[in-house]
Amino acid sequence: MRSANLFRIAYQSIIKHKMRTLLTMLGIIIGVGAVIVMVAIGQGAQASIQGQINSLGTNLVLVFPGVFRQAGVSMGGGSFTRLSFDDVEKLKRESTKLTGISPVVRTGAQVIGGISNWSTSVYGVSTDYLSIREWPLSSGEFFTEGDVRSQTKVCILGQTLVKNLFPDNDPVGQQVRIRNVPFKVIGVLSEKGQNSMGMDQDDIVLAPSSTVFYRLSGFRFISQILTSAASTAEIPAAQEEIRTILRESHKINEGEDDDFTVRNQTELASTAEETTRVMTILLASIASISLLVGGIGIMNIMLVSVTERTREIGVRMALGARSRDILVQFLVEAVVISIVGGLIGIVLGVGATLVVGAVTSWTTVIVPSTLFVSVGFSAMVGIFFGLYPAKKASDLNPIEALRYE
Amino acid sequence: MTTPAVISLTDITKVYDTGEIQVHALRGVNLEILSGEFVAIMGASGTGKSTLLNILGCLDHPTEGSFLLDGVPVHTLNRDQMADIRNSKIGFVFQSFNLLQRTTAQENVLVPLLYNRREKIDDMKERATTALTRVGLGERIFSHPNQLSGGQQQRVAIARAMVNKPSLILADEPTGNLDSRTSLEILALFQDLNRQGVTVIMVTHEPDVAQYTKRIIEMKDGRILRESRLSVPRDADEELRKLPAEEE
Repeated sequence: MRSANLFRIAYQSIIKHKMRTLLTMLGIIIGVGAVIVMVAIGQGAQASIQGQINSLGTNLVLVFPGVFRQAGVSMGGGSFTRLSFDDVEKLKRESTKLTGISPVVRTGAQVIGGISNWSTSVYGVSTDYLSIREWPLSSGEFFTEGDVRSQTKVCILGQTLVKNLFPDNDPVGQQVRIRNVPFKVIGVLSEKGQNSMGMDQDDIVLAPSSTVFYRLSGFRFISQILTSAASTAEIPAAQEEIRTILRESHKINEGEDDDFTVRNQTELASTAEETTRVMTILLASIASISLLVGGIGIMNIMLVSVTERTREIGVRMALGARSRDILVQFLVEAVVISIVGGLIGIVLGVGATLVVGAVTSWTTVIVPSTLFVSVGFSAMVGIFFGLYPAKKASDLNPIEALRYE
Repeated sequence: MTTPAVISLTDITKVYDTGEIQVHALRGVNLEILSGEFVAIMGASGTGKSTLLNILGCLDHPTEGSFLLDGVPVHTLNRDQMADIRNSKIGFVFQSFNLLQRTTAQENVLVPLLYNRREKIDDMKERATTALTRVGLGERIFSHPNQLSGGQQQRVAIARAMVNKPSLILADEPTGNLDSRTSLEILALFQDLNRQGVTVIMVTHEPDVAQYTKRIIEMKDGRILRESRLSVPRDADEELRKLPAEEE
């Protein structure tokens, strides 16, 4: 009965000052709405980057030559190490934890064929490449082990090349010239889109590694080895196995550093993910500041309200309100304003998120927990910023409050 | 049959310590007011009349002396207990009405009931309506203060003062803001309530107004200067009837 009465008193006071209440709420509404929109955009960016990283192949493990480790600092010609086909063969023979192994012999080349010509990257790979990258063909077929052994001049085109060279007809079965060497197109890759760095992954030609190595590439070395582990959980074990095998292959003594680098896609992703995580936190912090400002707005209005209603507080005290009653009344007012503001903020925030998603085509993800946290946080804002004015009101001396003009 | 004392003041003093100087607002007041009395406390400003009113209204503690209200030693109570005493035993009527703005007459009268801790009241609205009907505002229970005349606002305040059935009504210059006709109406209302057994203490500086009470206490320099009882107080009701009818 008593608490019902207190709510009734606070409720009456809130609805009696509709305009003031609404304006006070506005700060909280904007604050909560902004937090929800910002977090949704941040989470969306994170999700889309995660998706792009997964498009590399979920259980991917990469091996780079050691020179890559000293990014930007040349170690001199003597220290320039290479990955060789021997390394690839040794991995194939000895590894137990890898489900796919493919060297990548990469070279830039001009491809002439169809109606035009196109400068692109030619990747010399093994038959495992498609399964490692989890990248299906859209038509035609992939080359075979036999093609790799006999250095057959066949190739598979990425979608970007198909669009530029063969916009109207099926390229499978056609001839193209790569660096003036004729190749037969036997398949077409499905579309993969951009990677996390914004590079077009479809701007690619795949060919047997031996063909590229001996017939095209000026540099005769393997730029990287792609492998895949059986599952995400086995990635660390697979990495360790690769290290052991390659150290043996490169005759590296105990205590010496590796002259190669083994990376998994999680590590590759971590930088990108860290960036978006920082961005999300940054956006949310900026939005939280507006929530904080909203809270200060509540305190400001409540303080004004205490002064403005000093006489009323005096009358209430004369009529038998205890200090606590006044405290609770003002606190309930502040909390109700902030919670209702928070709820309106959620509705507007979710709405704004949908609008932003539709207008900008950004991925947005509304995490339900954000909604609960927002309401909880705005209630806390109400209590925190309502407490001081409420205390001030409840500490008033009834005689002075009654005399207040 | 002896009537119980509603108020019993013994050697009440009040000293305000402003730091540099001490102000002796009350210098030993002894006073007993019985149930059913209608008392006027008179005096110019600075005579300690307001201080006495604050103490009687349980808004302030005396520096020394004892104050029994309905037998309760008020001078020993803490802030919360004082609030409860104000709620249950005292009805305040102020010079400037002090109604909550933008709040209906009924809701204004409800306020003391909302703070009532003594009893669980299920029929609050009915009680408020009854109190308003008793002061002649049964038709205006949903009016806001700004829709009411000064006299009507003061009636709402009186209804609010009575709604918790207090032992006494404490009125501070209740007619100070009203014209003479409305003043008479309010005084008539007090006299009527008093005839029904309500104890009324009224602070005023107008000797005229005091003539409608049964007992006049004059204050000077923090002491009771003089006390007089009126065997035949002026009758506000009768005088109202003699006034020429006011054209609306």
